Amino acid sequence: MAAGGARLVIGDVAAWLTTAAHWQGEEGIPTRLLEHLQYSVIALVIATLVALPLGLLIGHTGKGTAVVAGIANSLRALPTIGLLIFFVVLISPHVRGKGDAAYLIPSEIVLVLLAIPSILSNTYAGVQNVDPAARDAASGMGMTGGQVLLHVELPCALPLIMSGIRSATLQVVATATIAAYVSLGGIGRLVFDGQNQQDYAQMASGALLVAVLAVLVDLVLALLQRGIVSRGISRRYAVTTATGEAHTADALGGRITEAA
Amino acid sequence: MLDYARANQDDILRWLGYHAWLSALPVVLGLLISLPLGWLANRNRWLYAPLVSIAGLLYTVPSIALFVILPGILGTKVLDPVNVAVALTIYTVALLVRVVADGLAAVPDDVAAAATAMGFGRFQRLVSVELPIAVPVIAAGLRVAAVSNVSLVAVAATIGVPELGQLFTSGFQLSYVTPILLGIILCVALALVFDTVIVLTTRALTPWRRAVRAS
Repeated sequence: MAAGGARLVIGDVAAWLTTAAHWQGEEGIPTRLLEHLQYSVIALVIATLVALPLGLLIGHTGKGTAVVAGIANSLRALPTIGLLIFFVVLISPHVRGKGDAAYLIPSEIVLVLLAIPSILSNTYAGVQNVDPAARDAASGMGMTGGQVLLHVELPCALPLIMSGIRSATLQVVATATIAAYVSLGGIGRLVFDGQNQQDYAQMASGALLVAVLAVLVDLVLALLQRGIVSRGISRRYAVTTATGEAHTADALGGRITEAA
Repeated sequence: MLDYARANQDDILRWLGYHAWLSALPVVLGLLISLPLGWLANRNRWLYAPLVSIAGLLYTVPSIALFVILPGILGTKVLDPVNVAVALTIYTVALLVRVVADGLAAVPDDVAAAATAMGFGRFQRLVSVELPIAVPVIAAGLRVAAVSNVSLVAVAATIGVPELGQLFTSGFQLSYVTPILLGIILCVALALVFDTVIVLTTRALTPWRRAVRAS
């Protein structure tokens, strides 16, 4: 398939990507991109809704951190593709719905499961890393526990929370590609259809699009992060990372999970 | 499950060996590449930001994309396991460059100065003082790399590379849960073995940490 060497392949990919027919219709690139984003957003919204409040609670109360850290770490060792196929084979025979539901529901479950650990562990680590002096000052000013959490701990933890969400997003976008293997849409379709048709140009085009999508989505989230993180905090955060002290195991692990 | 394992013993053992090889080799290669790179990034601070940004960018690319794109760049066949090994080496380097640089940066200045005062040359000081002190930090990065590599290798089964992921793909084709569960268990076990090896090696390389704990 790729025997023609690098230059020929790059030319083939360019030709495939610039063919107008590949950008139109139900199997066109825009449709696949939208499907891919749709799968990813659904999973990320659910995962954030579960993991963010839970992480804030755990970080604020300090209860259950050992259990959560243990679970998050062991989830990392699970092969994502195995988990995905396991849930599809287990659940899809029991789903009666139109269209993709039989594959979509188990895939979304796996994507949510994958996204939760990095958001959860970064959230509670972020809250726990808040300078105790800031917390004390807030209580001293008469803030209630809830107010301290919302007005002090949450803004201070935001950089770490966002980096958890970015890790989770990258992992979800990557795994959603593999979801095409179990008959879902998305850009992964190009990769696996290309493989079935022995069409390397299509495969490589799909791979390239996924890579670009992942980088772009991360860029958008980085800009969002810059927008919502208070400037005083992001400056302080930058100082601590420059001296290399802010790389906790969780921050490190958070960056890792994304490579599915 | 045991019956299934016994019936397909030869295949499974072959896949297991291949899987172990494909996940371990990139960790070793990645470490060998990122030690000098991380050292450079630590010595020349202006190199740190670009190296870490490039590493972050490489880490952003999904593995399946890398598995498919690499043949076009390397001129290999799509199913060539070399693609998987190269892709995982790239991820490992992307992860470890920063870890090595930060680990070396965390060596206290007075320790480095003391070594120099004792007559250590620059290279000797790096090998016998600074690297040993950075071992725990580097090992933490290695553990993450090794464990996630096991999971990433399995992804390559979707494009036909023969390893433990074959248990997932054949389970999917047959709608049969047993091989899938077996594959998950073997992958987790393999990750656990790698993790334990790294932890034990780290302990052997840093005897002073035990001494502190014991006292």
